[in-house]
Amino acid sequence: MQTELTLFSVAVLTPLAGAVVAGLGGRFMGDTLAKVVAIACMAVAALCSMGALCNAWLEGFPHAAVPLAQWVHAGGFDATWTLRFDTLSVTMTAMVLTVSLLVHCYSIGYMSHESMPTYRFFSYLSLFTFAMLMLVSSNDLIQLFFGWEGVGLASYLLIGYWYDRPAATAAAIKAFVVNRVADLFFIVGIGLIYVLFHSVQYDTIFSAVPEVLNAPYSLCGVSFRMLEVICFLLFVGAMGKSAQLFLHTWLPDAMEGPTPVSALIHAATMVTAGVFLMARMSPLLEFAPGTRTFVILIGATTCFFAATVGMVQPDIKRTIAYSTCSQLGYMFAAVGVGAYQAAVFHLTTHAFFKALLFLAAGSVIHAMHDEQNMFRMGGLWKKLPVTYVVMWLGSLALAGVYPFAGYWSKDAILNALWASDASYSHYAWAMGSITAFLTAFYSWRLLFLVFHGKPHDDHARDHAHESPAVMIVPLLVLSVGAVVAGVVLAPFYIGAHQSAFWNGAIVNAPANHIMEVFEHVPALIALLPSLAGLAGIALAFVLYVSAPQMPAALARSFGPIYRFLLNKWYFDELYDRIFVRPYAALARVLWKGADEGVVEGLPLDIVRATQDGALQAVRLQSGSIAIYAFTMLAGLVVLLTVALCG
Amino acid sequence: MSVTVFNWTVALPEIVLALSGIVILVAGVLQRKGEGFFLAAILSLAAFLVSGFLVVLSPSGAGYAGTFVNDGFARFMKVLILAGGFVAVALSVSYRTPDRRPLPFETPVLMLFSTLGAMLMASSANLMTLFVGLELSSLSIYILCALERDNVLSSEAGMKYFILGSLASGLLLYGISLVYGYAGTMEYTGLVDAVRAAVMPPMGLVVGIVFIVVGLCFKLSAVPFHMWTPDVYQGAPTPVTAYMAGAPKFAAFALFLRVMAGPFGSVAPRWQILVEAVSVLSMVYGAFAAIPQTNIKRLMAYSSIGHMGYAMMGLAAASTAGTQATLVYLAAYFVMNAGVFAGITAMRRNGREVNSIADLAGLGRSDPAMALALAVFMFSMVGAPPLAGFFGKFMVFAAAWQSGLYVLVCVGALSSIVGAYYYLRVVKVMYFDAPAHVLDRPAPSLLFVSGGMGVATVVFAVVLGPIMSVAHQAALALAG
Repeated sequence: MQTELTLFSVAVLTPLAGAVVAGLGGRFMGDTLAKVVAIACMAVAALCSMGALCNAWLEGFPHAAVPLAQWVHAGGFDATWTLRFDTLSVTMTAMVLTVSLLVHCYSIGYMSHESMPTYRFFSYLSLFTFAMLMLVSSNDLIQLFFGWEGVGLASYLLIGYWYDRPAATAAAIKAFVVNRVADLFFIVGIGLIYVLFHSVQYDTIFSAVPEVLNAPYSLCGVSFRMLEVICFLLFVGAMGKSAQLFLHTWLPDAMEGPTPVSALIHAATMVTAGVFLMARMSPLLEFAPGTRTFVILIGATTCFFAATVGMVQPDIKRTIAYSTCSQLGYMFAAVGVGAYQAAVFHLTTHAFFKALLFLAAGSVIHAMHDEQNMFRMGGLWKKLPVTYVVMWLGSLALAGVYPFAGYWSKDAILNALWASDASYSHYAWAMGSITAFLTAFYSWRLLFLVFHGKPHDDHARDHAHESPAVMIVPLLVLSVGAVVAGVVLAPFYIGAHQSAFWNGAIVNAPANHIMEVFEHVPALIALLPSLAGLAGIALAFVLYVSAPQMPAALARSFGPIYRFLLNKWYFDELYDRIFVRPYAALARVLWKGADEGVVEGLPLDIVRATQDGALQAVRLQSGSIAIYAFTMLAGLVVLLTVALCG
Repeated sequence: MSVTVFNWTVALPEIVLALSGIVILVAGVLQRKGEGFFLAAILSLAAFLVSGFLVVLSPSGAGYAGTFVNDGFARFMKVLILAGGFVAVALSVSYRTPDRRPLPFETPVLMLFSTLGAMLMASSANLMTLFVGLELSSLSIYILCALERDNVLSSEAGMKYFILGSLASGLLLYGISLVYGYAGTMEYTGLVDAVRAAVMPPMGLVVGIVFIVVGLCFKLSAVPFHMWTPDVYQGAPTPVTAYMAGAPKFAAFALFLRVMAGPFGSVAPRWQILVEAVSVLSMVYGAFAAIPQTNIKRLMAYSSIGHMGYAMMGLAAASTAGTQATLVYLAAYFVMNAGVFAGITAMRRNGREVNSIADLAGLGRSDPAMALALAVFMFSMVGAPPLAGFFGKFMVFAAAWQSGLYVLVCVGALSSIVGAYYYLRVVKVMYFDAPAHVLDRPAPSLLFVSGGMGVATVVFAVVLGPIMSVAHQAALALAG
């Protein structure tokens, strides 16, 4: 028992050491050494996490808490640095560190053409990894929030890594600001939890849930159930981190960062923090049916929305970014019907194949010298054979084709949606099935556009070259994950061994039998997602290989719809109208009117009045003695009058 | 206290000073023409020191058939007056007229006699003593102003001051006669009873009081009786200006406090409003009219107008705390004002006096010590803690606030903000403007005065306790 706890602690804390040493010492120790340190720390951490996972698995996933240090102790409020050791945190830690290690290695090759030293980049990556680990291994909500904000900060730093590009800076700020909006709800939620439970520690909260089931919460005379309110607030926080509909706008823009960042943060780990939070809070969420309905609606709608937008994007990374958004929608839909295990399962498989897809896309971009527009690519498969193959594997996993990883998890979610009797679950199922079709379509659209067809630019194609080994090896490792993760892990995450595997880390209420019934669905329903995926592949083949002139014709004939999708349902424009412009207008009023007009203008007016007054005062001083005497006498008369009449 | 007691020892400092003046005059005459100044100045300084020593030791009590009184208040004011005279004479030692000669040897003697008059004013127990002291002081100053006969500005200054001063003296005398007419006495003790006895003070008495107020306000150069000040300050030789900004003001305040708090104390509400109005006008006008000035002596004229306004706030409070505050304010005003005038007297280039503010440009580099001293005085004038000016201002504001004169305090606060501009402009010119031609090295006597006053300004906070207790004793003595 002690062994895995030690390994676990080392796994969580080593990335911090790597980040600090590489970030602060990089100037003195040199770029290469700093990178070696960061990667070595990451490798140690990854190995330790694997060791901890294996040991825990062998011992049947015991629960434990590793206290590290006292943090806040004020009155009745207590927060400590404590690592929580259970199935959820151990598996998440292993997953995060594996992906992170591979991304670190990949980055050596991807960032090799930078003109500046890149130890800063590696330091940020390690810092991000540490923050994510603090988030998943937290034992109370305060530490979770620390990690939550830590990943937000690292995400900001990494999106804006190329700070000399205005688009990257703007995207970084956008990501940060949108996340702040969500975080406000989250922190209010944490505050309400403290009000209700007098603690932010998970075990205390979860054990007290039965006592506060019907605690009321009144706002402006309207009464709600406190648990519903709390869960709703936490979900809004999760929406921001996980880029769900209405708070998703930052994710596509975040693609301005280097591609390894997109793979690590905006596909595999950070964006899944919201799903993790929901799974972690399952004991609470189980008693908030209203919020779960809302979760289903948002998840299913996001799923469909992002897939439609992904269909028409010309940018290779944005296509995959919308795919991420869409897959996160699946996970939330699963959370909504109470199938947290299925959500976390999809989270895990998705981490492998989405990281794979992003890194493969990075390999293409690297080969094409930073070209990201798919319409300017084509015919690359001979030039990039390995990338081509792993891209196929990743896409098959994403599309949910048997027996690749995505099949197992996506199938489980769709079945659970069908089997659930929660309101709107069938809406979610319908949306999910359509999305399965769309997903396959845009994945193969990407494949065909990039690797097949006529090269748009022969010159660029001739100069394209396969990536170096340091980038290829992570791709191969991830593709193994994308192929086998589903079939290997399914029995434990969602199958026969699930209750032993989770061992109470995720809680289903006594009335929630979704994890037992989801497998008993009609055969046609179970097959439908696979069929939809194959149909999507076929359609993509027809449109982009057999009849390459068709897409343009379609876009012309369905102009409004095409433009609607191309412009991402006009969300950015809408937000620009609703929030940004009024805010900018208000700011301009305050700047020009209040600040320059009043705050700055008033003193200037006073100065001017003072100057005028001074000149007037001096003009009285004419030098004429008669006037002087007259003034004196006038003053005398005035004083006399005042004295006699006053 | 009996009016019949002669009791001549109470006026011993004045007697010594008067005799010294005559002796010095004779000694000066015996010197060769144009060479008597230094001896006369040294002797005058010695006379001031001896007299000051005697003042501190002098017994309390009334004398000269009730026309003269010596008490804590009188001693406090006399020390201030003597210090003012001392500094002015010290400044005049190194002064040279435009034709590069020292001032005539009568200068220290005239300052001495003027100081004597001022001391008499502080000790007056009778309206007649008041007038005689005032005239002795003023007549000396008329001559002092016009000392540089070849200088048009100086002659003009003397002429203007004489004419307007005569008008003011006439008003004062008329006021005294009215008061005498209605009260039947000129002694303060008698006036107290007369005023208290009347249920409603007779109109003639009120008119008389107003006339006396106006006469004194002229001496204080309070608005609207200030018009002479800028012209006279600018035209008079700098040591004379320094003198006018010191001793006569203290004397006028001594009178003001003695007359208003004493005989007319019981009708305070009738004259309080007048003092308030004059105070407000002085503060505001002093602050605003100083802004466009380019001549530093003129600037200091407006500065003194403003400062008199602040000091009158304590008078307007019409309370012991107010009197005490005014006394502390005057002490603070004395140290910083004397320091500034030492700096102004030192402003010479190639032996010729220069008075423009712009001439100070670059002083921060060419003479850091003098620049630092001037900066300290300017900050003190603004009222920046922990310098002398701050405590003076703080005390008068506090006293006025306690007496419920909120408007007065607000106006005072605002006008000191405006006033900060022109004081700090001098600092800015010294340290940040492109350097003008280098000024001559200051004479040792000026360094002595400005250095001493600079130290006094800085350590004022340390000796504040004793000063306050002495001022408190003085204020109590005045209130009887």
